[in-house]
Amino acid sequence: MRFYEYESKQLFAKRGIPLPKGSQVARTAHEAQRIASDIGGAVVLKSQVLSGGRMKAGGVLFADDEEEAESAARLILDLEINGQRPRGVLVESRQPVAQEYYLGITWDGIAKRPVMIFSDMGGIDIEEVAEKYPEHVAKRHFSNLLPFSDHKAKELIAAVGVQGSDLNRLTRIAAPLAHLFQEYGLTLAEINPIARLEDGSFVALDGHVDMEAEVRGEHRALLEELGIGEDETRQARPPTSFELAGKRINDVDHRGVAGNVTEFDGTLGLIIGAGGGSLTLFDAVRNHGGHPANYCEIGGNPSVSKVCELTKLILAKPGVEKIAVMMNVVSNTRVDLVARGVIKGVLESGEDPGERIAIFRIPGSWETDGFKILDKYGVEYCDRAVSMYEAAGRAVAKMQSA
Amino acid sequence: MAIFIRIDVDGALAADAGAARQLCEVCPVDIFSTPDGGALEIVDDNVDECTLCELCLQVGKPGQVSIVKLYDDDAVLQRT
Repeated sequence: MRFYEYESKQLFAKRGIPLPKGSQVARTAHEAQRIASDIGGAVVLKSQVLSGGRMKAGGVLFADDEEEAESAARLILDLEINGQRPRGVLVESRQPVAQEYYLGITWDGIAKRPVMIFSDMGGIDIEEVAEKYPEHVAKRHFSNLLPFSDHKAKELIAAVGVQGSDLNRLTRIAAPLAHLFQEYGLTLAEINPIARLEDGSFVALDGHVDMEAEVRGEHRALLEELGIGEDETRQARPPTSFELAGKRINDVDHRGVAGNVTEFDGTLGLIIGAGGGSLTLFDAVRNHGGHPANYCEIGGNPSVSKVCELTKLILAKPGVEKIAVMMNVVSNTRVDLVARGVIKGVLESGEDPGERIAIFRIPGSWETDGFKILDKYGVEYCDRAVSMYEAAGRAVAKMQSA
Repeated sequence: MAIFIRIDVDGALAADAGAARQLCEVCPVDIFSTPDGGALEIVDDNVDECTLCELCLQVGKPGQVSIVKLYDDDAVLQRT
């Protein structure tokens, strides 16, 4: 779940990360004028949208006094960027910058640990810096369980040649950012750029924070403090009617999970899940040249009716030719109950399970009963002797030969 | 309509209010009900949710409740 820049900065302020003077969000041009007046002198006004490319789109403007600030705010508040209306306009002091740095923390899925990245070339795309000037980028992994040590941050920053008081001041930004990352279940905490001002002080000029959606409940107090409502999903795009229908199916029945239903424009419907199985299987289908019609995550032993409703939803999606029902080896979820659900869903859609189910690959708990059900309805299935990757390949091959 | 499972309850047991209440209590997926505290009814919408836990088979005398697996040549589960 992505935070607006002003929310990210409120979070930074909780740990004492220095911000430009002012740094308040205005909802009206008049309010922006008042903030600019309080700051005094030149200000920068930034559109608060959850989208990149603000500068290019005209969503970042500069003003030398409060009157100019009001006019600039008016323009920004009326400006739609990538289909988004601004939540407000952030007004901050504009001061001369001597140098810009990059600092980011994200989750490294391969190392299964957070990784902190620092560069003395900030303000531009960090991937581009890493590619063109790798000697200007340093990375360090750290534990997400043990307390973060300031020494780790210092070592990282020093690795690109920063020394003396700059090193100490930057450490006092990097370490708190790591603490925030750990404390609030963040998946991304980025300051780009950190500016060293001409007076030698440092401020976070821009910030980007993403929180793991699953920890929202745990941090309700913080979200309330930031004014983030429970109904704000902060997804990259609004959910489609297909996705909303999927959510309803999951919400109305507490038994098990049929969640994260996401719409794609392919022809192969997917009922997938189990211990990371959804992502693996989705990728496997694509690697084999298949075109998924959807993504979803089933697990936790969903009820027959929940699987049935999900199956009906996917089959009713225009363009869906077949469905593939695939999971990793299950222990809690029961094979027979999922088999009942999908077959019932196909039958209630007025279709033949043997025709519409490309493959059923769920090995594990109660598979003997599950396979009897599939046998009865002529559905092709396989057990754990067939890998998830191979099962995905079989489903795609069946689509291509149809 | 249930297509995978059938539940058979002996008429005498179904008429026993105490046994009917027990069936309602033990079933984890609400296959049994006694609307308004009256006669036992099978909730058809829930029958295919049967988890084959066999708790209902423990109510009454052996054989008074049966679970039939319609997908397995009508194999019958009964308390013996």
